[in-house]
Amino acid sequence: MAVDTAHPAGAVAGSGSPILPGALKDAFLTGLIALGLLGPLVGFETVVIDGALGLAYRPLVVAIMVGIIVAGRLILNLTVWSPNRPPKAQAGSSPVARGILAISPAFKPALLAFAVGFPFFATLMTGGLSESRYLIDLGILILTYVMLGWGLNIVVGLAGLLDLGYVAFYAVGAYTYALLATSAPVNDFFAAILGETFWANWAFWFCLPAAGAFAGLWGMILGFPVLRLRGDYLAIVTLAFGEIIRLVLINWVDFTGGGAGIASIPRATFFGIPFTAGEDGFAALFGLEFSPMHRLIFLYFVILALALITAFTTVRLRRLPVGRAWEALREDEIACRSLGLNTTNVKLSAFATGAMFGGFAGCFFAVRAGFVSPESFTFDISAMILAIVVLGGMGSQIGVAVAAAVMMGGMEMLRNLGFLKQIFGDGFDPSLYRMLLFGFAMVAIMIWKPRGLVSSRDPTIYLKEKKAVSGSLVKEGHG
Amino acid sequence: MDVFVQQLINGLTLGSIYGLIAIGYTMVFGIIGMVNFAHGDVFMVSSFIALICFLLVTTVMGITSIFLALAIVLVVAMFFTSLMNWAIERVAYRPLRGSFRLAPMISAIGMSIFLANFVQVSQGPRNKPVPPMVTDVIVIMEREGYQVTLAWKQIIIMVLTSVLLFGFWYLVQKTSLGRAQRAVEQDRKMAALLGINVDHTISLTFVIGAALAAVAGTMYLMYYGVANFADGFVPGVKAFTAAVLGGIGSLPGAVLGGLLIGLIEVFWSAYFSIEYKDVAAFSILAITLIFLPQGLLGRPEVEKV
Repeated sequence: MAVDTAHPAGAVAGSGSPILPGALKDAFLTGLIALGLLGPLVGFETVVIDGALGLAYRPLVVAIMVGIIVAGRLILNLTVWSPNRPPKAQAGSSPVARGILAISPAFKPALLAFAVGFPFFATLMTGGLSESRYLIDLGILILTYVMLGWGLNIVVGLAGLLDLGYVAFYAVGAYTYALLATSAPVNDFFAAILGETFWANWAFWFCLPAAGAFAGLWGMILGFPVLRLRGDYLAIVTLAFGEIIRLVLINWVDFTGGGAGIASIPRATFFGIPFTAGEDGFAALFGLEFSPMHRLIFLYFVILALALITAFTTVRLRRLPVGRAWEALREDEIACRSLGLNTTNVKLSAFATGAMFGGFAGCFFAVRAGFVSPESFTFDISAMILAIVVLGGMGSQIGVAVAAAVMMGGMEMLRNLGFLKQIFGDGFDPSLYRMLLFGFAMVAIMIWKPRGLVSSRDPTIYLKEKKAVSGSLVKEGHG
Repeated sequence: MDVFVQQLINGLTLGSIYGLIAIGYTMVFGIIGMVNFAHGDVFMVSSFIALICFLLVTTVMGITSIFLALAIVLVVAMFFTSLMNWAIERVAYRPLRGSFRLAPMISAIGMSIFLANFVQVSQGPRNKPVPPMVTDVIVIMEREGYQVTLAWKQIIIMVLTSVLLFGFWYLVQKTSLGRAQRAVEQDRKMAALLGINVDHTISLTFVIGAALAAVAGTMYLMYYGVANFADGFVPGVKAFTAAVLGGIGSLPGAVLGGLLIGLIEVFWSAYFSIEYKDVAAFSILAITLIFLPQGLLGRPEVEKV
């Protein structure tokens, strides 16, 4: 936030060689603006005292924030933005970028190996299965967002369609499984055909493809009328659809259980073998001691597999004509149309594919939590996934994965840092600041590195030799 | 009939508020072709600034005349909201002119999330109930115990909206600022060649939009008597719907759209179901964009390479 407000006064500073007066004046103006921006909302807090609204004052916080901004601005004006400073010679890529390029071939396999071995590391590190529960839960959460990020990446990163209602497909997937697995007629029907225990043990595995297919279908139904719209309109309409689905889930109480949601959704099984302590259970059959952690570790591998399927499909699709059409569409829609591409179909395929992966992730969410409610599918989730895609670099698989891990894992780590509590007092909860940081990071990344943190991108097509394309050389068409 | 008249009054009041917000959307879209996603949250922040100012004026300064207090609150809220929107444009949108297509939109979404959560963190997530400011009502019809009332606050909202709209229409049509604005809207490069300060004009557009949003925010606070950090999102989308329905880029269209959306929402709640009133508004947005993308009073859009 400090950086955010430090910019407005613009590059007025220092025209002559004695830059100090100019820098001081500029810093003063910045401070004035910062005071105007922060003063009302940070300086006063509305508090309810005895049922009536009153004000609490926080002049110290404002003073500190404005002080930081003024000092920062002054220092920047005298050093980095100083007109006397010789311009930096830009010869090739920076050493950091070269370093990243050098290790990048080893990065992906290393990351994959870490992801596969993570449950074992976690168990070893914490010294026991049940102690590693927290880490495994965190791993599942991160991988869910990696998968959602990769799914949305198809729509936003590859096809260049801004989808603000991605959470709708996540919700469709989750509710498909929740409703199918808990509805009596469906259960009776399949139990009669397949046998009662068989259906009970296999429900998740039958519903998973159904959830994906259903979400993809919804993607088509919603996408078809709106995909002819231009970019910004599409974003708003997808946002509206996301909200409509959530409102319907809340208000259609007979069908979806309303705001209370659906509870006691059947658990996942190890391909038909339930994770129970009984004789047919997973532990007994494999000769292990029963532990509820087996199910969690299995779930970890399920979401890892689902995420990898998403990544693999995307990589393969990019090599097919449809994938090339997506990327061409992102670069220049009018050129695509003049070359005879049916843009509506191309967009629709991207939209439906992205939606399908959202549906898979939603189905997984339902089986992991055992409970779904509309509260889990708010606009915040859409915004979070979009932030992950944007920060990771639209179109970059590895970037999205890293961004998801940093955003979800980093916030979780921050929560446990004791010294933050000592600085800011006991009531400090970093998770409150998560969305604040997400929003700020989205703005910052658009301004400084619009290609995302991992901005180099593998070219889809190349002649003889595959050269990495630096982000600064790729420029998108101005639509 | 009684219910109908009452709902008509309520709908027009609500519609005036939507119309004021919609102008901010429509002007920004007109001048730089971007949906200012954060505008709904600017509106929300303005209602918080108004709330804080109102509390300061009444409790600390001890002003008892409600109309004087309201006038002060209005001016203060307009000033600080304009400053904020100016800074937002300067920081988050101006560097992105000429960047790729989705960049300003993503930046605006980030700004919207930032503003909502900034208010949540600094003011707390709870609803802030305000003591009722203007409580007098005029009974205009009475039959079988059902009173049709016109509250003073509704009169204030409608009169203020009309006055502002007229002043604003005058500004855009008759002054040099308005001419510069329309020129930049038509052709930014040509306008710059002819000596119009483009950056300045765009900044002023954001300032005016924010000032009108601040009026809407203050009126919203006075009308509903509550402020909440999440209250920017849904009114924002509805106001955007109003701008689209009226034809984006068109000022009378924004107001017409606002009034229509207000009326539809109120009548829908009264005669169908209150639970689905937001669904109705969102559906209108989708239907308008699909079947009538140029809106009621807008010009059809010509796509240029």
